[in-house]
Amino acid sequence: MTIAVRTLDDGAWISVNDSRQVSVSDVWTLSRGVFCDCEPAYVLLEGFFDVDVDGSVVAASTVGQCLECGTRDSIDRLPVGRMIDGKFSPYDPAGVQWLREPDAERDGESS
Amino acid sequence: MASDVEEWKDELYGTDIRAEIERFAEEGWESIPDDEQDAWFERFKWYGLYHQRAGQESYFMMRIGPPGGVLAPGQFRRIVEIADEFSRGPAENPVFGNGWIDVTTRQAIQLHWIRLEDVPEIFEQLEDVGLSTVQACGDSWRNIVGCPVAGKDKHEHVDADALATDLHDTFKKNEAHSNLPRKWKVSVTGCDEGCGQGDINDLAFEPAEKEIDGETVTGYNVRVGGGLSRNEPRLARDIDVFATPEQAVDVAGGISALFRDHGDREDRYNARIKFLVDEWGPEKLRETLQDDYVDFELETAGEDLREDYSYNAGDADGKHDHVGVHEQNDGNYYVGLNVLVGRIGVDEAYDLADAAEEHGSGEVRLTQRQNIIFTDVPEENLETLRSEPVLEHYSPDPHPFQRGSIACTGTEFCSLSIVETKNRQVRYARWLTQNVELPEGVEDFHIHLSGCTASCAQPQIADVSLRGMKTRKDGEPVEALDIGLGGGLGENPQFASWVTERVPADEVPGAIANLLENFAAERDDETQSFREFVLERDDEELADLVEPEETDYEDPYLHNTKRTWYPYAEDDDLDASPAPARADGTPIPSDD
Repeated sequence: MTIAVRTLDDGAWISVNDSRQVSVSDVWTLSRGVFCDCEPAYVLLEGFFDVDVDGSVVAASTVGQCLECGTRDSIDRLPVGRMIDGKFSPYDPAGVQWLREPDAERDGESS
Repeated sequence: MASDVEEWKDELYGTDIRAEIERFAEEGWESIPDDEQDAWFERFKWYGLYHQRAGQESYFMMRIGPPGGVLAPGQFRRIVEIADEFSRGPAENPVFGNGWIDVTTRQAIQLHWIRLEDVPEIFEQLEDVGLSTVQACGDSWRNIVGCPVAGKDKHEHVDADALATDLHDTFKKNEAHSNLPRKWKVSVTGCDEGCGQGDINDLAFEPAEKEIDGETVTGYNVRVGGGLSRNEPRLARDIDVFATPEQAVDVAGGISALFRDHGDREDRYNARIKFLVDEWGPEKLRETLQDDYVDFELETAGEDLREDYSYNAGDADGKHDHVGVHEQNDGNYYVGLNVLVGRIGVDEAYDLADAAEEHGSGEVRLTQRQNIIFTDVPEENLETLRSEPVLEHYSPDPHPFQRGSIACTGTEFCSLSIVETKNRQVRYARWLTQNVELPEGVEDFHIHLSGCTASCAQPQIADVSLRGMKTRKDGEPVEALDIGLGGGLGENPQFASWVTERVPADEVPGAIANLLENFAAERDDETQSFREFVLERDDEELADLVEPEETDYEDPYLHNTKRTWYPYAEDDDLDASPAPARADGTPIPSDD
């Protein structure tokens, strides 16, 4: 099944199948080393600049800033949710995330 | 590869969108197929309609853009009537009620909670008085900004109103310029005070003189590639071109066409012309303009008036806005009224329309500081105008903290914003007015609050710049602000330096109070302006002067206002949203 994903409104949204699903300005929790040395890193997403789908996982490329140490950087392919039975199920930003490698077999997920 | 937006624009854009809006309005919100919503919402922007954020589906923001902010007699009242009838939401704002107009930093007016089904009727009512929403948003010529008192100003060097109107008439609904790679913001300044804010626009016309064939000609120097958004602020760059008033429209058309053909259509984040100027440099831009886009020899730049610019120039005795009573070039007066954060409730807006008609010509002008101006007030009417009750709140002589406050839309309606802005800035201004004494001789102090890096409140050109952020406080994420200092325009414009980041929003008033106390204690003398004081210090020294602290200021919006359907609703949970709704306001049930 084809999944249509795109960024919208100057990077404010990830749209999945023509529905605005993931918004900027949430704080995502990332494991140490993924973004900065904070453990965990609380990263405010400031804008999406790309999105793609790998299997069932929707991954966004974004710019963020760590709320503790202030590191501002881009994040490639942050898993933001997955398709389950044809419906998008967003991950909880507060769950600890790690970045999905392009060739990884395991889906990104929150824990 | 072209972006989705470019593909949608290729399929249908410009004036063809109007018929589709009317079709959807006739058939109702639910007639927009789910899988076409992204495309239609993108196109609707060209007609000034912006779909509101999550939790507010089926409601739109509508933007009306009068060139130079000039609303002819009757136009302001018509907008108020439209707001009264059509701009009412499902919940009240605790500060502003339900039903208002927002004056923007680009001399436009925004209405919220507009239903698609009402749009054709609103378009008719606007057109009936000569107003339009065309190209107020979207990838094209946006509202042309400029001196808000153009044509009536004693400081005028060249008639900016005439050029702004010419540009508006030429490039609105102009098929050759309808579909640009990105938004296109144009400013025309005609005065020697520099109030058109050209430096932060894509294309700026600034007053200049040039000796041509032995005669001194007044006209415009041209600058290109300014803008504030996305952590990539740029000042417009001098491309060494002088345009006579007769040439200015052709020069503008040439640069717009150059942008149309050479701007980046593959990456929207790299699409604004500021990035093309970065890549090419002003010399190549001028050369391409000359070779391919104009059919006459461009003049080199003339002598500008920038050293006289006083508007927001950071001088202790400079003119910083248009608030107050000022004599026009015809002996009448214009009266600038302060509109705190740009928002006027419908009832008071009617009173203001009455006052403008009774005491002036009825013309109302909008400024880039979110204020309004009554023009053509005879001297003998000034006293009775000033005694109007509505001027107690919309004052020509406001406290500096009220006068200097600007705020963008924020999470109340905007998808991009990280924090609540307008209500918060009202609370800040009130607390500062009641609790903080400005240092001796400081009569203007600009505090701009922008909810995100899009910078709609133009934070980088304020004395104190506030930008939406988040932080963690007591283990919980809370709304926060980055604090920048020392921005402004003038002969040597300066962007604020972000010296303190991620200050919890409830500690910001305390930070400003401490900063001002430190400024008063450490400034050279009472003639030193805040901007001069900031320029003398590095970021580290400045950061030490900002001491965030909790005070008796209370902030009701510290929680994640973006995660609400409306931050002020009694039950603000996204699941409690009454949207989407049909034209009569009844919620449309979900398919799930």
